[in-house]
Formats: sequence, C-alpha cells, structure tokens
Amino acid sequence: MTALLEVEGLSKRFRGLRAVSNVGFAVPKGGIVALIGPNGAGKTTTFNLIAGVFPPNEGSVRLDGRPITGLKPHQVCAAGIGRTFQIVKPFGDLTVEENVVVGALARERSVDTARRIARGVLERLGLAEQSFRPARSLTLPDRKRLEVARALATRPTLLLLDEVLAGLRPTEVDRMVEVLRDLNRREGLTILMIEHVMRAVMALSDHVVVLDHGEKIAEGTPADVTADPRVIESYLGAESL
Amino acid sequence: MTARAMALAGVLLAALLAAPLVADSYVLSVLTTVLWFAYVGQAWNVMMGFSGLLSLGHALYVGLGAYASAALFVHFGIGPWLGLFVGVALAAAAGAFIGFLGFRFGVRGVHFALLTIAFAEVARIGFDHIGWLGGSGGLFLPVGGSDPLNLRGAPVLFYYVILALVLLAFALAKVLLHSRLGYQWLAIREDAEAAEAVGVDLFRARIKAVVVSAALTALGGVFQAFYFNNLFPEQVFSMGRSIEIILPAIVGGIGTLFGPILGAFILTPMGEALTGAIGALGIDLPGLKQLFYGAALVAIIVFRPEGVWPWLSRRLKLVRGPQ
Repeated sequence: MTALLEVEGLSKRFRGLRAVSNVGFAVPKGGIVALIGPNGAGKTTTFNLIAGVFPPNEGSVRLDGRPITGLKPHQVCAAGIGRTFQIVKPFGDLTVEENVVVGALARERSVDTARRIARGVLERLGLAEQSFRPARSLTLPDRKRLEVARALATRPTLLLLDEVLAGLRPTEVDRMVEVLRDLNRREGLTILMIEHVMRAVMALSDHVVVLDHGEKIAEGTPADVTADPRVIESYLGAESL
Repeated sequence: MTARAMALAGVLLAALLAAPLVADSYVLSVLTTVLWFAYVGQAWNVMMGFSGLLSLGHALYVGLGAYASAALFVHFGIGPWLGLFVGVALAAAAGAFIGFLGFRFGVRGVHFALLTIAFAEVARIGFDHIGWLGGSGGLFLPVGGSDPLNLRGAPVLFYYVILALVLLAFALAKVLLHSRLGYQWLAIREDAEAAEAVGVDLFRARIKAVVVSAALTALGGVFQAFYFNNLFPEQVFSMGRSIEIILPAIVGGIGTLFGPILGAFILTPMGEALTGAIGALGIDLPGLKQLFYGAALVAIIVFRPEGVWPWLSRRLKLVRGPQ
C-alpha cells in the first residue's frame, strides 16, 4: 500500500524541552493508524506539527508525496487534512449547522451547497436533530461529534482525530467507532487517531504507533504492540500485566 | 425573522420616511444624529461584532473620509459624490495598513485595540499641523445654496441621505453575514484556531473585515463634513468620538444587525433629553452627556451584557427558535 502521510525525523523543542524527537511513521492510503502513549508523550504536539500549528525544528511531513512541512493550518486543510481538537473548540455562539457549514466552505464557494453538505454530515453523525441549537449548549459527547462533523465537512483525504472517544460512555464509543469504520470502508477515508480508549484502538486500527517522552518506542499491529514489554511498562502500566 | 418582526420593521421604516413631515428642525437634527451613529455603529460592528476585532480608533476612518471629501470640495470644487471615493479609498488603505501591521506581527486583542487608538491619535495630532487642511484652526466648507448634487441643501436632504446610508449599511451587513466571508468572520470571532483548522485564512479574512469596516465608516465621515460644514482635528479624530462610535453597538447588541440601530435610538435621544432637561433647569453641566453615556454603558454591561436587542427581540417574539 502506498503511504498517504509520511512523517520523517520530526522534532520539536519548546524552550529546550524536547516535546517530539525524531519521530517517523507512515499512514497508508485507506488505513487507520492509532497514535498512543502516556500523557505528555508528544502525541498532540505531533498532530500540531502535521496540521501546521507550528513548524518543526527538524523533519518533514508529506501528504500524497507532496511536502506540507511549514504550511499554515488553513493551507494544510486545503491540502486535504481535517483535524479535531482534544479540547473541543466549537464555534459556541453559532448553531451546530453553522459550525459544520464553516467546515464545508473550505472547499465550497456557495453557502447553499455548503449547507447541503453540512446537513448530510450532521445526519451521518447523528447530530441532525441538534442542527439549530447553539453549539455551546451541546453535551460533551455531542461536542466531540461536532468536532468530527466539522472536520469531515472540509472533505479531507486524511482525518486527524485527537481523542474523540475520551469521555464518552461505552455505547457512545461504539456508535462513534461504527461511524468511523463506515467512513473508512465506504469512502476510503484515511484516519490517524490519538486514542486512549484501547478497546476502540483494537477495534479500528490496523497499525499502532507508540510514543513515549517524545520518541517512538514501538509500532506494529495492535496485537504486537500491546504485547511489547516496553509498551506495557511505559504506557499500559503495571496493572495490565 | 418572523412575520411580526417584518411588520414592525415596516412600520418603523415608514415612520422614519415620514418623519420630516411632522418633525421640527430640532427633532430632525436629533434623528439625523441618531441615524449617523446607527450607521457608523453598523460599520464598526463588522469588525468587532462579526470578526471579533476590537477597534477603538474608528474616528480615524471618519476623519479620513471627512477631510478627503471636504478638501477636494474646498480646494478643487470636486463634489462629495466623487470625493467619497477618495475618502473611502484612503480609509480602506489605512485600515489595510493597520490590519497588516497587527495581523502580520501577531498583535492581538487589547494590543490590537491600542494600535487602532495610536493611529487615530497620530492623525489627530498630525492633522493639526497640515495647513492645507486648515490645521488646528479647522477646515470650513462654503455654506448656502441648494445643490443636492454637491450635498448642499436643507437639513431634510441630509436626513434622507443618512437614512439611505443606514439602510444600505444594514443590507450590506446582512448580505455579508450570510456569505462565505461572513461565516469565516464569525468562525474567527468564536475560535480563531479552530477556524484556521477548517481552512480559514485568518490574515486575509481579518484584513477584509478591517477594510470593509473602514470604508463604510469613511462614508459616515463624508456625510459629517458636508452636514456640519466644519472639521477640527481635535473633534473629528478624538478618542471620545471613537468611543461614541462603539457605544450604539455595545448597547444594542454586538454582532447583531439591529443592535447598532437600536443602540443609537436609545443613547442619542436620552442623552439629548437629559441635556435639554438639565438646561431647562438653568444648570450648565458640561460633560453631562459623556457622564450619561458612561452610566448607560455600565448599566448595559451589568444587566444586559449581550445588549438590548437580543433580549428585546425575544421579549417581542421577533425571532424564532430557542435563542
């Protein structure tokens, strides 16, 4: 399989603190890759480097063979990467539908067309009934869904999901997992996800990358990775043994 | 908007159109002032209300529009219908420059507001020393005659011109708000980082907001020059004027289309009535109006921080839905 996203030798320091050092991995076209690791491992920093929030000190990011290192977030979005935020960032005073319309306008000139796209996405994520509520009135699970909806509306080829399952009840996790799997299988959407909910990681991903202290300590299939002693020690914790 | 709101808007508009038939010259002058503030308030709202950019120096754009059109008329006999293009272009360029400085170098929030004040202050002091524009002694337009094409005429002419400007600004704001750019502005206002992540070019969208706002405000300046026929840098560019421009939108409701209009209709007549009442008692209290504006601002911030319009529209059932 060819790689859609290629990350090579990525490093980022914040005032001397090495948040990410020499991280490299690839996300194959049509695949679902999970990025896991303990808190502070550098997962979100890696996401921000890919999404263009800040430039890396070293390393490169390529999307479909095209270098996107150092591009601004709006250019990264235009290149085809949609993202969600771990700490959800709804446009609070706008309605749920308007939030998603803004996403759809990334690739649409016409507001009417954007609204049609938004409705379809909201339907898909089970948010259609909340369409006309202000986003700030949503519950946390719905806000997480809205994050995914807004990112999907930009019609990305690669979706970056930053802990969209954390804080959801098991039934809600299953529902979201179903939606993501469906998007992946039916539309070939490639997904890179940061996730703590191991059940979902096991169910969804074909490949797992493990970070710890800013470095990649393991990668492989979910089964391989969860059997790796280093991973168990650093991440899953002694109680998992 | 509900049918009820449409009907109410229709009645109010008809009343405004018919007002000169019944209003005496004093009432007409107050209404003209009200509409002027409604207009520049709407223009300011494009920056703050739509895009979340706080400008405390909008007097700059008023002044550029006013001085450009007045100078062209006084020195070259060029009428305001042409002069306004120069004034608007100058203000748009000034806005683009301030925006460029601010957004290119990451000047945000309060610091951006300070930047806008700084430019207005530079203009205030600078224009004092431009002899060609009358300097601190003021620039005066020839008064008299009736020549609507050069905006020379009776107060009723000015009343209808500013009413037309208010309607134009309202329509433009409404169209912009429902456009692609409008959605991007709102997204930036709500959360710039999230907006960027869904493809909004923050720099360009913000610059556009400043340019639109500055250009509209400059038209208010052209009106002011030809209505009052005199311009003094100390007044035109004053910090106090910049504050007066932002009050209608704050009182009426920042980010709403009717807010600046409602705010102007609340503030100006009350300020006038208060000044009149105190004057009738034979007491001379300079600065009373400013004191009143200050008190009104405090009251709004404490009791209706969203402004009067969102509350009023709910009370009068002028909007649908849970909001």
